[in-house]
Amino acid sequence: MSVRDKRLNLEDLTVSFDGFKALNKLTLYVDPGELLCIIGPNGAGKTTMMDVITGKTRPDSGTAQFGSDINLLELSEAEIVAAGIGRKFQKPTVFEQLTVFENLELALAGTRSFLKTLRAHITPAQHERIDHVLDIIGLSRLRGAPGRILAHGQKQWLEIGMLLMQNPELLLVDEPVAGMTPQEIERTSELLLSLAGEHSVVVVEHDMAFVRSIARRVTVLHEGHVIAEGDMDKVQNDPRVIEVYLGV
Amino acid sequence: MFRTELQVGKYLPWGGPWLFLLLLALWCIVPLRAQSSNDASFLSTLGQLREASYSDKAAIAERLSQTAHRSVRAVLTALLEGRLYFRNSDQKVFIVKSADADPHNLIDPLSLKDAGSASADSVTQIGTNNGLRSALRTTVAHFSLSSPEVAVRLDAVREMSRSLDEPTVALLRQRLGVETNSSVKKEIETALALAALDGSDSGARLEAIAILKQSVSQDVRNRLALLLDKSPDGSFVEKDEKVRRAAAAAVATIDRWRAFYSGFQTLFFGLSLGSVLVLIAIGLAITFGVMGVINMAHGELMMLGAYTTYVVQLAMPGHIGISILVAIPAAFCVAGLAGVLMERAIIQFLYGRPLETLLATFGVSLILQQSVRSTFSALNRSVVTPDWMSGSLRLNDALAITYNRLYIVIFTLIVFFLIMLVLRRTRLGLYIRAVSQNRPMAKAMGIRTEWVDAMTFGLGSGIAGVAGVALSQLTNVGPGLGQSYIIDSFLVVVFGGVGNLWGSLIGGMSMGIVNNLLEPYAGAVLSKIFVLVALILFIQVRPRGLFPQKGRAAEDK
Amino acid sequence: MFRLWNSKAGGDRGGAWFLALLALVAVAVPVLNQVVPSSSSFHISAFGITLIGKYLCYGMLALAVDLIWGYCGILSLGHAAFFALGGYAMGMYLMRQIGPRGVYGNPILPDFMVFLNYKSLPWFWYGFNHFLFALAMMILVPGLLALVFGWFAFRSRVTGVYFSIITQALTYALMLAFFRNDMGFGGNNGFTDFKDIVGFDLHADSTHVVLLVVTAAALAASYMACRAIVDSRAGRVIRAIRDAESRTRFLGYPVESYKLWLFVFSAVVAGIAGALYVPQIGIINPSEFSPINSIEAVIWVAVGGRGTLYGAIVGAILVNYAKTYLTGAFPEVWLYALGGLFVLVTLFLPRGIIGLFSGRSKDKSAAANATPVE
Repeated sequence: MSVRDKRLNLEDLTVSFDGFKALNKLTLYVDPGELLCIIGPNGAGKTTMMDVITGKTRPDSGTAQFGSDINLLELSEAEIVAAGIGRKFQKPTVFEQLTVFENLELALAGTRSFLKTLRAHITPAQHERIDHVLDIIGLSRLRGAPGRILAHGQKQWLEIGMLLMQNPELLLVDEPVAGMTPQEIERTSELLLSLAGEHSVVVVEHDMAFVRSIARRVTVLHEGHVIAEGDMDKVQNDPRVIEVYLGV
Repeated sequence: MFRTELQVGKYLPWGGPWLFLLLLALWCIVPLRAQSSNDASFLSTLGQLREASYSDKAAIAERLSQTAHRSVRAVLTALLEGRLYFRNSDQKVFIVKSADADPHNLIDPLSLKDAGSASADSVTQIGTNNGLRSALRTTVAHFSLSSPEVAVRLDAVREMSRSLDEPTVALLRQRLGVETNSSVKKEIETALALAALDGSDSGARLEAIAILKQSVSQDVRNRLALLLDKSPDGSFVEKDEKVRRAAAAAVATIDRWRAFYSGFQTLFFGLSLGSVLVLIAIGLAITFGVMGVINMAHGELMMLGAYTTYVVQLAMPGHIGISILVAIPAAFCVAGLAGVLMERAIIQFLYGRPLETLLATFGVSLILQQSVRSTFSALNRSVVTPDWMSGSLRLNDALAITYNRLYIVIFTLIVFFLIMLVLRRTRLGLYIRAVSQNRPMAKAMGIRTEWVDAMTFGLGSGIAGVAGVALSQLTNVGPGLGQSYIIDSFLVVVFGGVGNLWGSLIGGMSMGIVNNLLEPYAGAVLSKIFVLVALILFIQVRPRGLFPQKGRAAEDK
Repeated sequence: MFRLWNSKAGGDRGGAWFLALLALVAVAVPVLNQVVPSSSSFHISAFGITLIGKYLCYGMLALAVDLIWGYCGILSLGHAAFFALGGYAMGMYLMRQIGPRGVYGNPILPDFMVFLNYKSLPWFWYGFNHFLFALAMMILVPGLLALVFGWFAFRSRVTGVYFSIITQALTYALMLAFFRNDMGFGGNNGFTDFKDIVGFDLHADSTHVVLLVVTAAALAASYMACRAIVDSRAGRVIRAIRDAESRTRFLGYPVESYKLWLFVFSAVVAGIAGALYVPQIGIINPSEFSPINSIEAVIWVAVGGRGTLYGAIVGAILVNYAKTYLTGAFPEVWLYALGGLFVLVTLFLPRGIIGLFSGRSKDKSAAANATPVE
């Protein structure tokens, strides 16, 4: 595939904070429908990279292209969301006092203005969509439960569900299984795998077992640039990766 | 010649030395007799004051002064101050020590020594009116000119400047020759220059203007401005154009200097007002910065401090001088204790719910206000300013620095730096800073956060109490004292940034100064509205104040 | 009405009961005043009518506060300012209605203006001789102030206690301003001595009864409007803003716009409440702007139970009834009681009185629905 057909196209991104280079000529591609895992020690620049993609931080140099013709560096955060990129943060924030269903309702794509939401009623199509997402994330039976009674894992799935409501083409998922029980982790990997194909998914994680269970392709970041790429075995045996993780 | 005198001695049987002694004796007795007749005439003239009309009294006073009797100054001053009385029984005139005392301490007008006492209704005051008093003032001023005290001489010259007739001018000129003190000399030169303005010689007038240019007195300025006036027919009062120009320049110079000093005065007043705000705001900033609590009872804690001062003064009425120094630690303890109690009983249960804490502390403030009202009555109580804090430093005619305000500014700075010291150098300060920056981490490191919370609240409340002591020196103490300052202190915290001492200092001082600058132009109400609007606009640019708290922990607040 | 009973949120049973009670009051009170003879112990005197009307107006104010506080987390400590502004608008109309019947007999200038030597009516009094104009002003003035103030405040992301403090400063500044005798608003005496409203004599019992019914209707209408907002998706967004503002913003919702709309609507409701309050108690003066009034409104909501709408109204009526009783019987005690109320309610009754009744059952049903992850 040529560069033009990539879903996400990052080239030579450099970001420095007060002299410290968080990203150093980072180059990375994501294919459509791919599930890519990004790993790397702390401070490698994983979060900064996501910040650049979503428009939270502007790079000093480099390009970031979404699809064939969208230049991410020209858009605001809200515009980037509208363009089809969804990001799930580490800490789950669902709306505790609203039900699971209502959480998803709020995440529905579409009108956001006060006057319109005042008169908005859920159309059958929208209802169906919510049900569909509930199904994907496995919370159908809890649709009427308030957010605050959900377990940690369930909250993470709800948040992924809220992301899905906006029909994003690219999903950025930041450390989804932190704090999860083994059963929850298994469910999460099933969920993410099911999303790939229809969506492109980029997962940042530390948990190596989890990464192994879901990743086809793994990219290793260190000090702001890519040092290794390939499937899990190749990457784990790469001498540079070993050096970086075990330290000198 | 020698022969003639020897020849006299030849004819007197008891010799020259005896004659000399006789002459000497006569020379002494005669003045004594003259003096006693001087005394007698002085006394009789004095006695005439009893029944005379006011205009006659002025003439009598003038006659008294011309006797050059050594008691004239004391007597005339007493008359001026309403302390000259005559005894009903024997019509003798006396000076009394104090017009309000009963019985009066009498002073003999001739010897100026104690002469016993008399009950108030056995003596009658010798009255004065405004005209008489102003004439007396001038007369007394003439005498004061030779007083050994500099301050008295200075006042005398100033008084005389108001009515510069020939004899006064002559007197001043005479004094200038012997005056040793430079500020009195300057004052005399100014007075003489003012007199010269009335003269006919333009050159002299120009010279006078050159001298007067250096003054900052309002009187001088007005006199100079008169030179620029027009008479009813349209022509200038002052005919010489050069003189007019010089006068205009002098007036402009004096106005500039007066504006400068006046500006400085406003600045100073603003600083003193700001100091009080700073003291109140520091406590608020600390509690909010560390615990996220906005204490609506903060003003009442300050009020408690003010009332503590009042109580201390009630308890030690004879030692007002050190009452303030006792009140400061007392107020700190009282308010601090109240704060710790509040924290333990109420606030610690509302941790993490700032809006609820706001409401609960508001409830406490109502309760405190009402308790004070029940204990002390709803009326204002006055707190006495000790002597060492009263009075003012008068730098010149346009600038007077009152001591109580000066001490408050200095006191605030001391407290500020003390607090900084506590926060930077003590263990408690370290704990406080740790808890405010990252509470969970501090807890994990074994710091007893509940204890730190209580101590922090106590510290902030104690400072509020101390602010109350300062405030008691500036204004009346009443149950509503807290309410009048609390909104301003909130605004200081919002402006300066939360949890930051420098923010409180700069915020408080600037708000005090801005308030003071605006009030003469816009009045109290509009200046408050202006400050509010300005603050809202300021928050647009810096929503977290001048010196916001940094770091992730702060972001979550 | 049917929807209220069966709406998705489990039915607004509380609200339905409340509205029924309100309707009962609106019917019973006029009867007990006009029809039942004054000798009967069931008779409600003119004073009673005024008192009930006052409570209902306060209920509306509490409703306004609950809407923004209970549902959006915006604690306004200056809401009585909007109440007072609406009151002053009505007051200005009523003053102009006095016409030549005032003490000085001037057909155009109200008494206080004659007293202060005004030569002509200030420009901002024009139009207040027409009821419709005054009606428009009752809505526009509080609304506009809320719009401007809120726009600046929300836009700069001023939240939480900071916001509360500047609302308090706002009402305080307004109080100082209206106390000035040269503002043209009656100074520290305010407006009083009203004669009639749209032609009806304000000294007649029947007028007050009608005013009471109108107030009850206004309260009911405001309640239903608030309920409609809160039950809509906009209401859910608003609650989301209360719980996790940045998350809501991240979802793409214009948070500031929602807050502003809500704040303005709440201010208008408060303004109308104030406007209905003035003809019933016959006076308006600048002390209505004092910060303590706004803070009392907050405690009504806290006592009743915030986030329920009808709870706020219940709280307003209860607390004010206690106030009427205590300030009459033991005036010293009232401030202690009020202060104590603040402390006790925040410590022990965070969900208010309503919370005492409904809390348990809600939690049970939610727990039943939730199942653990297997």
